Amino acid sequence: MSPPFTINDLWAISPEMVLTTAAIILLILDFLLPPGRRAVVGYTGLLGIGATFAALGASAGVRAEAFSGMYLSDPFTLFFKTIFLLIAALIILISLNYLSVEGVDQGEYYALVLFATVGMMIMAASGDLLSLYIGLETMSLSIYVLAGFLRKDRRSNEAALKYLLMGAFSSGILLYGMTLLYGLSGSTNLKAISRTLAAQDLHNPALTLAMILLAAGFGFKIATVPFHMYLPDAYEGAPTSVTAFMSVGPKAAGFAVLLRVFLLAIPSLQGSWVQLFYVLSVLTMTVGNVVAIAQKNIKRMLAYSSIAHVGYLLIGLVAGSPLGISAILLYLLVYILMNVGAFAMVILLCRQGLRGDQIEDFSGLAQKSPLAAATMLIFLLSLAGIPPTGGFVAKFYVFGAAIKAGYVLLAVIAVVNTAISLFYYMRVAMVMYMREEPSPITALSPSRPLHWALAIAILGILIIGVYPGPFLGWAWVSLTGLL
Amino acid sequence: MELGLFIVLALVAMASAIAVIIQRNPVYSALYLILTFLSLAGLYLQLQAQFIAAIQVIVYAGAIMVLFLFVIMLLDLRKEEQRAVKGGYQLLIGLLLAAILLGELGLVFGGGVLKGVPGEFSPEKVSALGNTQVVGRLLFTDFLLPFELTSVILLVAIVGAIVLAKRRLD
Repeated sequence: MSPPFTINDLWAISPEMVLTTAAIILLILDFLLPPGRRAVVGYTGLLGIGATFAALGASAGVRAEAFSGMYLSDPFTLFFKTIFLLIAALIILISLNYLSVEGVDQGEYYALVLFATVGMMIMAASGDLLSLYIGLETMSLSIYVLAGFLRKDRRSNEAALKYLLMGAFSSGILLYGMTLLYGLSGSTNLKAISRTLAAQDLHNPALTLAMILLAAGFGFKIATVPFHMYLPDAYEGAPTSVTAFMSVGPKAAGFAVLLRVFLLAIPSLQGSWVQLFYVLSVLTMTVGNVVAIAQKNIKRMLAYSSIAHVGYLLIGLVAGSPLGISAILLYLLVYILMNVGAFAMVILLCRQGLRGDQIEDFSGLAQKSPLAAATMLIFLLSLAGIPPTGGFVAKFYVFGAAIKAGYVLLAVIAVVNTAISLFYYMRVAMVMYMREEPSPITALSPSRPLHWALAIAILGILIIGVYPGPFLGWAWVSLTGLL
Repeated sequence: MELGLFIVLALVAMASAIAVIIQRNPVYSALYLILTFLSLAGLYLQLQAQFIAAIQVIVYAGAIMVLFLFVIMLLDLRKEEQRAVKGGYQLLIGLLLAAILLGELGLVFGGGVLKGVPGEFSPEKVSALGNTQVVGRLLFTDFLLPFELTSVILLVAIVGAIVLAKRRLD
């Protein structure tokens, strides 16, 4: 009998081990520091992310299955882990000052962000339904707590409770799908499932049911219509930095596992799930964009806009070609930068006594701070998909993949949706540039870490927008071993 | 005999599960949930999974439900109890959708006994090796990673509970 694990297996999971250790160190550090010096915990968290990144680089060469197929260490995993670490770093940067503005300057916040990141990394790396589910719950549990971090704020409580209830419900659906898949294939290992199903009669209705349940379960996590109902309330109530995290972290991780399960475990059912995702994609982008128009709260507007973006992302999966999947990865990278950037701007407006989350609060920003207004404008242009921003490049490749795969109608619907989205993104720009600032004039709440996050996001979006080659190449290489 | 026992256990499990959600009094709901767990344990026994059945009774019906009851009794729920169920149309739509789902499930499973693919561990092999041994060995070999990862989940749960519940000292 072979040993349960060897030193190579430990090498493979070293990034997760480093990050978990960092999170535990943060928890201890929190006790040692006097109150008011909690930002140190955040900076230590950034160090932990840096160390994890180093471990990721060191373990990148170990290309193997670890822990009897539970854990896959391949370029796909590497790509997602890199963007998860990027997310965690950006979120910590935008939270450092915001937490003290909101009066919830607690060290556990940073530890929970890191724990959620560990969960996401495990999700992306899992080669088995079981480790996938455990990673998903680690991520979700941390984010439930983060969403309710403003304990005295009723809306934050409501957000946490809604997110928790819907999360639990969706986990149930997901598990039902997994159970059926396990029963039909006799294994929880994704590759083994694929092998068994390849030899089976695919017209089994139970198999279709399993696929639908899995799609619905993941659909809740990435918030496709009609599983999006909880999202605007949860986004509005949660602390803005957590909203930024919720809008990118679980979505990116959700796409990682969605791609993994559908491409690795049930590619034999591609004929049926393409139809399913086609419908979901059209519904998601249309409902997201149309409802976003009516929003007055910028967090709610960005929530619906993020729903619409999921619709665009699903187009890549419908196309199903290597081009489509690599376009999804590129899109996710750009989406993370521009969405975190937009939420960081909301945080910039948030001050003591004012949440700054109404679109009206952006009035006259161009007079007050032309640089801040220009920054927000770039994020909005990127979200809408206007060149020369990364948002344009990402949409271009996703829609292009759809046309190449023969889904011209889908691409047309997506372009029409992009035009609709321009309306509500540009309304924010209009408010910033055309409206007078209401008196009395209030100061922004800038901070150096927030500026760093904004700078990273802006630079990333512009570099990808002007020179997308290397990034698309990276996404392309990341597919090795998946397709 | 075996089929009869299965039907009885399955019916009790389903009826008590429905009772959990339609009871107004949360204490009754919790007690019905214990009944559901017990009948599930019976079903596990029928599948020759004695260890899982025992764990089901000890951990779920025992430990977890006692905690549930503690929490329910600590909270003052009398006000909640009196509140009428709002949103009649929501209930109607919910029931309609549930009926559709049930119909779909009926279509899928009504065609006859669903044939699964047997895994590596057949009942004969399990009884030869010993039920507990098989579970234990798998947990510490093939499923070692998820098993260890659950400790991270537990840590997150503890930290989360403290963050949400603790009183500020300053």
